[in-house]
This record gives sequence, structure tokens and C-alpha cells, in this order.
Amino acid sequence: MTVRVDGSGSAASLIHVRGLDKKYSRGGEEIHVLKGLNLDVESGDFVAFMGPSGSGKTTLLNLLGGLDVPSAGTISVAGDEITHMSSSKLTDWRARHVGFIFQMYNLLPVLTAFQNVELPLLLTKLSKSERRQHVETALQVVGLADRMRHYPRQLSGGQEQRVAIARAIVSDPTFLLCDEPTGDLDRKAADEIMDLVGRLVQEFGKTVLMVTHDPAVAKRAQITLHLEKGSLVGTAEEADA
Amino acid sequence: MKYLPLILANLFRKKLRTTLTIGSFVVALFLFGLLIIVRGAFSQGVDIAGADRLVVINKTSLIQPLPLSYRDRLLRMPGIKQVTFQNWFGGVYQDEKNFFPQFAVDINNQRAMYPEFKVPEDQWKAFFDDREGAIVGQSLADRFGWKVGDRIPIKGTIYTGAWAFNLRGIYKGARAQDDTTQFWFHWDFLEERRDFGKGDVGWFVVRVTDPDLSVQVAKAIDDEFANSPFETKTDTEKAFAASFVKQMGNIEFLILTVGAVVFFTLLLVTGNTMAIAVRERIGELAVLKALGFSNRFVLLLVMMESLMVAFIGGGLGILLAKLFSLRGDPTNGILPYFYLPMWAIAAGVGIALLVGVAGGILPAISAMRLRVVDAIRRV
Repeated sequence: MTVRVDGSGSAASLIHVRGLDKKYSRGGEEIHVLKGLNLDVESGDFVAFMGPSGSGKTTLLNLLGGLDVPSAGTISVAGDEITHMSSSKLTDWRARHVGFIFQMYNLLPVLTAFQNVELPLLLTKLSKSERRQHVETALQVVGLADRMRHYPRQLSGGQEQRVAIARAIVSDPTFLLCDEPTGDLDRKAADEIMDLVGRLVQEFGKTVLMVTHDPAVAKRAQITLHLEKGSLVGTAEEADA
Repeated sequence: MKYLPLILANLFRKKLRTTLTIGSFVVALFLFGLLIIVRGAFSQGVDIAGADRLVVINKTSLIQPLPLSYRDRLLRMPGIKQVTFQNWFGGVYQDEKNFFPQFAVDINNQRAMYPEFKVPEDQWKAFFDDREGAIVGQSLADRFGWKVGDRIPIKGTIYTGAWAFNLRGIYKGARAQDDTTQFWFHWDFLEERRDFGKGDVGWFVVRVTDPDLSVQVAKAIDDEFANSPFETKTDTEKAFAASFVKQMGNIEFLILTVGAVVFFTLLLVTGNTMAIAVRERIGELAVLKALGFSNRFVLLLVMMESLMVAFIGGGLGILLAKLFSLRGDPTNGILPYFYLPMWAIAAGVGIALLVGVAGGILPAISAMRLRVVDAIRRV
């Protein structure tokens, strides 16, 4: 396993984080969410972050996804230092490199499954027929090719999350960020989703970073890291083979 | 174009709300169109008045006559090229509600003085040769279903008694806004049959040699007849028409006031609708940003929705007003120039779009400034 949290990883890692700090000011009080965090993730890794509420898991994910900027420290992804990018450059970078999977799926209810998956491709120069091809492929990967004309309200929770996964992978991003991807699903649907995520890693070589509260879900990752009070504590736990 | 499905899907997510907002634009722009039509109806006479024509009336009042003998004196004055005269007849066709203006005209000069009214040559000749002949405007003929050759009875109210005329011709306007609701007949026929006012005319219309000298010529005419039993008041045709408009009150001010109130209300409605629409989908807008859509894109997305509502509603409203105007004057001749010009259609759509921009800009800016992390947390 190649994930390192002790700062000993190479700068050539796919994700290379050094001294990551994040502070919030809330009601005049300063909250130190992440404290000098180091992390190295290689391409094809599947990492789960666990920890109690408020430990900084989602904040870490937001920083890695370029949705937020750190108070200190650096994040490099595939050689791109993202911590000093302008807002517009960061937006472009997100479109090319990050696939987001949220707990609440966050599909646009007024668009069909096809249109939801097509959204990230609207930002590319692909033709309409090329977009169609990509969307159909993504929906086939998640097993929903026959539901592409359905609206989110016509799908089950598990199916909605699969559409969200198709949306996350359709533009072939560098890595996927999953924030409690099974948090709103029953066990059966959660297992199906994790099977799918596992396939993305094993068959398609995707790099996945996932936040979860659920140990059963975390076990599906190749490695689990624990966050506590803004620091990665203990050593990485490798999943049972 | 590839973003159109997204814009349309967002626009019609709350069909009732969108329909009502579009409806408010439709009503406002229809009202705007009607106000422009009414303003035009009152002032069109001013707008299309001949630049080189003067109207000479009795200084006391328009209803007081002038002697026909003034015609020759007018013709002798420098700067005057042509003179004609008319009388108001004021008759009733079948029923008093069938109002339309009837004029006893000087058939020798009428056509030359008003070249904008087009009469076929053969019809004019038939009218000229028939002492009881009449010519009517196309709108008037359409209104009563008259055809050339019809015998038209008119009950006199000023010149009492039963009158009847042979319809010999129908004139059309050279421009869409020309008045085609008039009824002309021979002044000589009126002179022959009336019991009083013989030798009098209602007013003179004078064509000047140079429109730039209109004011000087008008003054010269009034000076010429000063201290006579029939003093005159001469104005350009434009000023004469404008004096009629003035009698109706300040139409321009009324239209501006009503228009401003309507559009301010519309602005509030649109702004409120767009603000609610943005607030309702903060999470979705945040997701779009997370996926890589720029702040500018989100701003434009909200603005496009606002503009589309404005364009669809405004366009429909002004189109309805245009269709309404094409049905013609609904007041039976009180507003003969019932016409919505192209510039008003363009202005209406332009104003609607401006309201769309003004109503959408603040919600769009707040959507643009939305922080993804905060918004996602709220979902």
C-alpha cells in the first residue's frame, strides 16, 4: 500500500499534501479544523477517512477537491499545486480532475438521469454525439442504461446514487471524492454502491478518497485513515485481503 | 445552445409560478401596447400632420364659420400656394352611436391638398360628376359594409333633414396610420340645401410655398383679417391637431405615470420570483459549481431565466396588443388612428428585457457569490 501520512511520501505522488491547516472563525471563536496534515496518495488507491463528527473529514475532502482553500500548507494533485490557484482556475481544475459523489446524491431534479450525467461534459468541447456516447457508457458502467430518461424522483435512492457516480466518472477525472456515499442508503443499496465503487478502482484504476462513518463501508477501501481533532492519528489500516 | 435544456428545465420547474410571472409580463406589456395605441390615437394627427399645411379657423371658436370670400384673399397672399375649405356636417347614420366624421369638401382642391388619401381615378371622376356623390375611407366602408354604388342616408343634426348620398369612391391612406374613417361630399351640395350659413365655410386649409415660413405666413393671415367681423386664428396643421390633444388632458403624463407604476410593480414581481427561485436551489447551484461551472456561468444561468420570462411574457403581451390593434378602432370612430407602430413593439420588448435584467440581477449576483462549501453543507 502506498498511502503515507508521515510526510515520507514522494512529491511525485498523485495527491501530495504537506502541512495542511484549516482554521475557521465562528462567532469570534477560532476553530482549528485541520492541523498540519501530511498525506500522499498514489494513483489507483482507495482510501477511506473515518473519525468522529467535527474531526475534519469533510473539510479535508473539500480542500482536496478544491472547493475550499487551506489556511496553510500545500496540496498538489498530479503535479498541479492547487492551493494558490485563482478561483476561476480552481473551477476549471475541478472540472477536469475531480469527480464528486455526495451523501444526498445532489442530482438536479429537473433533469433526467441522462442530462444529469451529461452536465460535466457541457464544460468540454465534445460534440453532442460524443457526449451522448460518453453518457451512455457511464450509465452502462453503473447499470442504469435503461433508466436514462428517468427523472431522479422516478429512481430509488440507490439508483440516484448510481446516477451520481456516473456523473462523477463521465469526464474521466483524476480522482473521485466520496462524502458519505452510502449515508442515506439501506444496507443492501449501500453494498451495491460499494461494489460499484470497488469496481471503479479495480477494473478502471480509479483513485478514490472516501469519507464515511460506517466501518463496514470503510472496510471496502484498501486503506482506512482515522482523523481526530484535525490530525491523522495512528497508522493506516490496510483492509483485509 | 447546449445549455438550453438546463435553462428551460429550471425555468419550468415550478410551472404555475413561471406561468404567473410570464402572465404578469403579458398583462403589463399588453397594457403598455394599449397605452401607446391610445397615445397614438390622440397624437397621431399631430405626428402625421402635413408640414406645409396651415389651418385657418374663426378666432372665436372652431364652430364659428368664416366667409368663403376669404379664399380669394388668401390666394392672393404671398407664401400661399393653395387653399381649400371644409365644413363639419355632423349627421347621423341610422343610429347616433354610429359616429363618424362627415365633411363637406371643396372638390376642386381636396385631392391636391391631401395627396395622402388615395382615390382611384375613375371613382374620383364619378364623385366629381355627381353632385350627391360621396367618398368614404376604407375603414368606414368596411365598418358598415358599404360598396361603391350604395345610397347612404344621413340624418342631419346641424343642417337638419334627411340627406342621402351616392357612394362613388373609397379612399385608402398612403400610410397605415392615415385616417380612413372620413366621409366626404360636395360642399356645393351642402350650400345648395342648407337653410342657414350660406356662403360660410367651417375652416380653410392653406398650403404654404415653404414650410419654413409657416409661422410668418400664419401671422400674416391673422393680421390680414384682424379687426374684421371674422377674425382668424391660424396654426400649422400640427399645432391645430395638438390643440385637440390638449383638450383631452396630459395624455403623455398619464401614460408615463401608469406605465411607471406597472413596470415598477413588474420589477418587484420578477425580482421576488427570481430571488425565491435562487433560494430554492442553492444546493443545486452549489453542485453546478462543484462540478466545475464557473461563477459567471451561474450568474448567466439565473439571468437567462429572468430574461426568458421577460422575453416570452413581454413578447406575448405586445403581440396581443398588436393583434388587438389590427382589429381596428373599437370605439366606433372616436380613436380612428388605432395603430401600434413597430417602434413601440421593439420598445415594449426592450423594456420587458430591461425589467428582466433589473429583476434578475440581484438574485443572479447572490447565486454567483454563493460559496460551494457553505451551500453544500445546507443541502
